[in-house]
Amino acid sequence: MTLLSTPAVSVRDLRKSFGSLEVLRGISLDAAEGQVISILGSSGSGKSTMLRCINMLETPDAGEIAIGGEVIALRKGRNGRTEPANRSQVDRIRSRVAMVFQSFNLWSHLTVLENVIEAPIHVQKRPRAECIAEAEALLAKVGIVDKRNHYPAHLSGGQQQRAAIARALAMKPQLMLFDEPTSALDPELVGEVLRVMRSLAEEGRTMLVVTHEMGFARDVSSRVVFLHKGMVEEDGPPGEVFSAPTSPRFRQFISEHR
Amino acid sequence: MGETFLKLLEGLPLTLKLTFSSVTLGLVVAMALATMRMSGMPALDWFARAYVFVFRGTPLLVQIFLIYYGLGQFRPALQALNLWGFFREPYWCALLALTLNTAAYVSEIIRGGLQSVPRGQIEAARACGMSPFLLYRRIIIPIAVRQALPGYGNEIILMVKATSLASIITMMEVTGIAHKLISQTFRAIEIFICAGAIYLILNFVVTRAIQALEHRLSPHLRDAPVPVQRLDPAISSGVDR
Repeated sequence: MTLLSTPAVSVRDLRKSFGSLEVLRGISLDAAEGQVISILGSSGSGKSTMLRCINMLETPDAGEIAIGGEVIALRKGRNGRTEPANRSQVDRIRSRVAMVFQSFNLWSHLTVLENVIEAPIHVQKRPRAECIAEAEALLAKVGIVDKRNHYPAHLSGGQQQRAAIARALAMKPQLMLFDEPTSALDPELVGEVLRVMRSLAEEGRTMLVVTHEMGFARDVSSRVVFLHKGMVEEDGPPGEVFSAPTSPRFRQFISEHR
Repeated sequence: MGETFLKLLEGLPLTLKLTFSSVTLGLVVAMALATMRMSGMPALDWFARAYVFVFRGTPLLVQIFLIYYGLGQFRPALQALNLWGFFREPYWCALLALTLNTAAYVSEIIRGGLQSVPRGQIEAARACGMSPFLLYRRIIIPIAVRQALPGYGNEIILMVKATSLASIITMMEVTGIAHKLISQTFRAIEIFICAGAIYLILNFVVTRAIQALEHRLSPHLRDAPVPVQRLDPAISSGVDR
């Protein structure tokens, strides 16, 4: 990663506790434009929380997050907890950072096509006809254009997740966050979602992927970050970290997840 | 019997007027109550809870009596406040009681609907940068309305029937006229069957309207559209049979 260009996302000394449980204990991470970073870790290691802090679905207690060089302003609220200083800044940044969830979270009352055009039309205020044309192209790309008038409940898990990826892409995001995108899927449906994600990686999109898919981490990502107890324990290109892990905990994690 | 029926129908406009007005006004009050309940501000939350507790926990008939007869005791004070003109009229008292009563129930229906919206769908909306207003308008309210509709339909049906209590304070709606006819003719069975039939027809219409609305709003809860089956020539020609 070069220091000359602004990182797509920069996380500095991120801390977050839930009650007395300290989930993130000072995480720093820079992702360059076009990098695909797989974030690994056992459950409770803080990997989802870190991802959710990046688009402020969780507000960090301390630390700094910058998206494309723009620092998200935080302040101390009246109850003593941190909160975003500027709601509209958060909304604006969120519209450039797309997220794909473990449980898809498609809007159940809208069809697949309506799900995809919802935010482009109402958040980004782009013309409807243009959004529909783009949405159909995206749905074709993820292979479910024939399902565009179906409701989420009528789709398989893999189809729902692909629709959710199309919904994320429709925002033309600078950064995509994937929060365990295949963990809720039946094993035979995992492949179709991973194939779509691989094609996105090959397009040069900047992606942060919290995952348990070791194959994806090894073969697709440009970098692997292993979290343990809220800290970065291992960080490097997959070729290096998988063949010669420096951390004994990561070595153990690899052996458990073959 | 036909004559009785026609006589009772003279009360229908008042029954409809009471139902329509109280359901509409009650919805407005209920929205305010639900907002207070979910505001996170202790004083407002407490007020809304107390309101629902009182109006749901006491009979509507007692509430009507309290407003119509009970407030009559404070006539001088109400006159001083220029409110006597309102509380003197049984129509306004009945409407007020019905409105306040239904608001308590409907506020709980609204709260239930709003709380039934899956967290994940709200998060997805926030994650793509929706402002709170847009989030409510495009995601939360449409989903909540669909969830709340069956319960709300029930409440409207209950309100159609509850208007009959207004007859107790001299309102000549369907039940009030039935009472009057019975005291004149002593043909209780015939008259009450006719009165019951009128409420039944009214509620049939209400039920159908709610059902139609529910159907319109919930294509996502029905079966998927059946794809058009292309006929495979090998099968349709019956080669295998």
